[in-house]
Order: sequence, then structure tokens, then C-alpha cells
Amino acid sequence: MSLHVVYAFLLRYLFLYTRNWIRIIELIFWPLMELLVWGSLTVFLNGKAGGQVPQFVTYLIGGVIFWDILFRAQQGVAISFLEDVWTKNLNNIFVAPVRPLEYLTAGILFGILRTTVAVSVLIVLAAMNFNFNVFTMKWALVPYFGSLLLFGWTLGMLSSALILRFGQAAEALAWAIPFLIQPAACVFYPLNSLPEWGQMIGRCLPCTYIFEGMRATLDHQPFNWGQLGMSLALNLVWMAAAAGIYAWVLESGRRRGLLTRVTSH
Amino acid sequence: MSEPVLAVHELHRKFGDHVAIEKLSFQIQRGEVLGLLGANGAGKTTAMGSILGMIKPTSGSIRVFGMDPYHDRIKVLRRLNSSSAYSDLPANLLVWQNLYVFAKIYRVQNSKQKIADLLEMFEIAHLRNRVTGHLSAGENTRLHLCKALINDPELLLLDEPTASLDPEIADKVRKIVRRVQREKNIGILYTSHNMLDIEEVCDRVLFMHRGRVVADGTTQEIIAKFDQKNMEDVFIRIVRDGNIEDAPAKETAAV
Repeated sequence: MSLHVVYAFLLRYLFLYTRNWIRIIELIFWPLMELLVWGSLTVFLNGKAGGQVPQFVTYLIGGVIFWDILFRAQQGVAISFLEDVWTKNLNNIFVAPVRPLEYLTAGILFGILRTTVAVSVLIVLAAMNFNFNVFTMKWALVPYFGSLLLFGWTLGMLSSALILRFGQAAEALAWAIPFLIQPAACVFYPLNSLPEWGQMIGRCLPCTYIFEGMRATLDHQPFNWGQLGMSLALNLVWMAAAAGIYAWVLESGRRRGLLTRVTSH
Repeated sequence: MSEPVLAVHELHRKFGDHVAIEKLSFQIQRGEVLGLLGANGAGKTTAMGSILGMIKPTSGSIRVFGMDPYHDRIKVLRRLNSSSAYSDLPANLLVWQNLYVFAKIYRVQNSKQKIADLLEMFEIAHLRNRVTGHLSAGENTRLHLCKALINDPELLLLDEPTASLDPEIADKVRKIVRRVQREKNIGILYTSHNMLDIEEVCDRVLFMHRGRVVADGTTQEIIAKFDQKNMEDVFIRIVRDGNIEDAPAKETAAV
């Protein structure tokens, strides 16, 4: 892997964002709206219940912040790819000495930057407005955030592979994929709230264990290593599968001559 | 004769039942400009895509600097470059930013000076800080050519570089391409629908029709072979007359 190439793409993302303030606004606008809606709702429900359901507040706001980590990581990879499709620049990249891994790595690194900005804003606002301090989870945040990032990148790779295979027609899926898994991922409710078949799907997702773990940590339960291990193991499986699919789509695109169609339209 | 920068031998590419390229063979030497002509669907883009490693040939071989562009993709792509009328550079970046990113990808030494020299050569130095999306078609084409020359390629693939340009700008682009080719001794594969391009820029021409080479030679040789007044008439005759491909194809099949 050439670090020069990764640096070149990071530089490009930096140029793109520093030239366009709307992109920076967009980075924090949606998570901010989500936090305000869910935060206000939980404050209202808490008030109605006479302050008897304080954990409800923390579950929901914690869910918003954790979900945003996964979503931003997925978008970091998928949107970086889509940018090149939209600007018809993908052709220039495919005929330049760029390895898929270098391209993906740049998207992932820039995704980390995007996620850091968005989540930092959410953490501060949640603390200021809803008295939610994410740091009460202490060191547990590190593996939780790490696992969510890994799964977000995996979903981003799958989204990119779909666009590469089916062209811009699959663009909507790049946005929809995280929301397709959201109900089974148990972002805002425990796994046993789902019907049996939903629970089976949920158990196959690495992020489900993290959201479960987050709620347990907020309830001051001991850290569940088993859940974290399961999440990381599933992440490895998902990531290997996504990398395999991405490489297969790229190879198959070359073999079937589909790359030139995706890159020129 | 030295090793060709590009050698295509018996290249064959099928998409399902459709034969996009049939037994295409040719070579480009260093410092030579080969024109690839043909109507839409003749197989030019498939040939370009195969050379660039984006399309795997069904059979036959391609050697760029003696290497297979499909298996030695990165090594090959470091030494060549391309420009296509059908791709764009990110419209929201400044001109210099786009070039700077590609300079870094190609590991260009002293990239700022290189960018300044290229912009100067293509007479767009005054557009250095302009948003790429605000460039005219002619300015944009020249920017693409700057990008295509950023790594001092030994082989350059130009896909319709004068498409959508007015005659004055097209003339300027042709002259610059020819000058750069002479000064730097680059091998160039040049596709175009503009016969003036072909006559002015190319040393030799391959005429493709329905995936096959139907004529190969200098423009004068081809005009004489088809007994026409100019390349435009040859083009029209080949494209309109479905029978013409068979007879000349056997005589003129390329190297």
C-alpha cells in the first residue's frame, strides 16, 4: 500500500470540505436534529412519568450518539466513493496507479475525521442540554466505538460494491443500508423486544451487541466481555465477506467490461 | 527497432454474443502517434479500456512497456496516462487543487513547479485558482491534458480530446499535443471523430468497424486505398457500406 496515494485522497477530501461550508454544516445538521428530537421526547416522557424512568433518557440519547458513529463511518466510505461517481472522476481514478485498498483506506481515515467532528458535537450538546455524559461509560467507550466504526466501514464497502456493480441506480441503497439494519440492530430498545425472527437477525449483527452493551454499562452492570468478543468476531466475518464481495465485484467488473460503464456515466 | 511502448496482439473481446473487438493487432513505438478511428460502437472504447486494464480481454494479449496491464496494473499505470472527453475532474475543486491531487497520486517530484509549467504550456496559468466547474469546454480539455501529462507519461491515451471544442481551441489543442509528443518523445494512442485531428496529429491510422480493423496505414495511404478525396469521405464510406469491411480488412489487417 502506498501512503502517498492515501495522502493524496485525504488531501482531496480536505480541499472539498474546506471549500464548501455547506458540507461542514451537513456533517452536524442531521445528527443534531436527531439528538434534539429524541432528547426532547425523552425529557417529555420522563416528565410525564414523574422522573421514574431516568434510564430511558440515557438509553435513547446514548443510542443516538452510538448510531451516529456507525452511520458516519458507513457514509465516510460510501459517500467518498459516490463523490467520484457524481463528478465522473471515477474513470480518472481507475486508470491511475491507485489500489482499491488505498482508496478505501483514505475513505476510512476521512470517515474517522467526519465521525469525530459529528460525535464530538453530539456529546457536548447532549451533556449541555440533556445532562447526558457519555464518559460515564469510561474506557468501555473505546471498544464500543471501535466495533461500531468497523461495522460502519464494512457497510460502506458493501454500499460501494453495490454501486460499482449496479451503477448509480443503486445509489439509494448507499443511503438506505444502515437504516435497513437499524430495526434489528436494537439501537433504542433491547434485543428481547423484537419478535423471535427479528432477534435471530439481530444476533447476526455485530452492532447489536454494542447497543446491548451500552445499555448494560449505563445501568452500571459489569462489562460484558462475551458480548464484546461476539461483536468483534462477527465484525471480522462481516468485514472479510464485504472485502471479498468488493474485490469480486471489481474483478467481475473488469472481466465483464462493466467498469467503463459505471465510470463514464 | 526498440521495444514498442504498446503491443496489442490478436485482441478479442466478447460481451455475451456480441463481438466488440475481433483480432485487433497493432503496436505503438516511442514517439509515434497512432489514430484509432471508427464510428460509435466500432470497438475503440473497448480497446482503450482493455489497454488501461479496465476490461479483461476474452483472448489475445496486450503488452504495455512489455508488461500485462491487467496483472501488472500499478506498474503500468505509473508510466502511462490518459484523458477522456467522457470523464471529468471534481468540479468543486480549484484547478491547481485537482492537479496537485493527481501529482501526489503519481508521486511527481517538485509538483508545484510541474503544475505551473503545465498550466503555462497549455496557456491556462491564469486559471490556476479558478473553480474547475466554472471552466469552459476548451479550458476544461486543456486542464485534462495537464492532468494527462502530470507524470511525464511514456504512453498517452487520448480519447476524443477535441470533442465539443470550437475549431480555434481544437486547433490549439492539436498543436500542443503534437508539440509535446515531439519534445517528450511520447507514444500516443488517439481516438477521434474529427478527421482533421487525425490528419494533423496522427502518424498512422487504424480504422475500426464493428470490432475489426478495416484499414491501416498513413492517412494518404488510406485515402488512396479507398479512392476517396479525404479521410472524412473514407469514414463515411466505411461506416455506410457494410460490405467494405471484408475485402480491405484482409489486405490491411494491422501488424
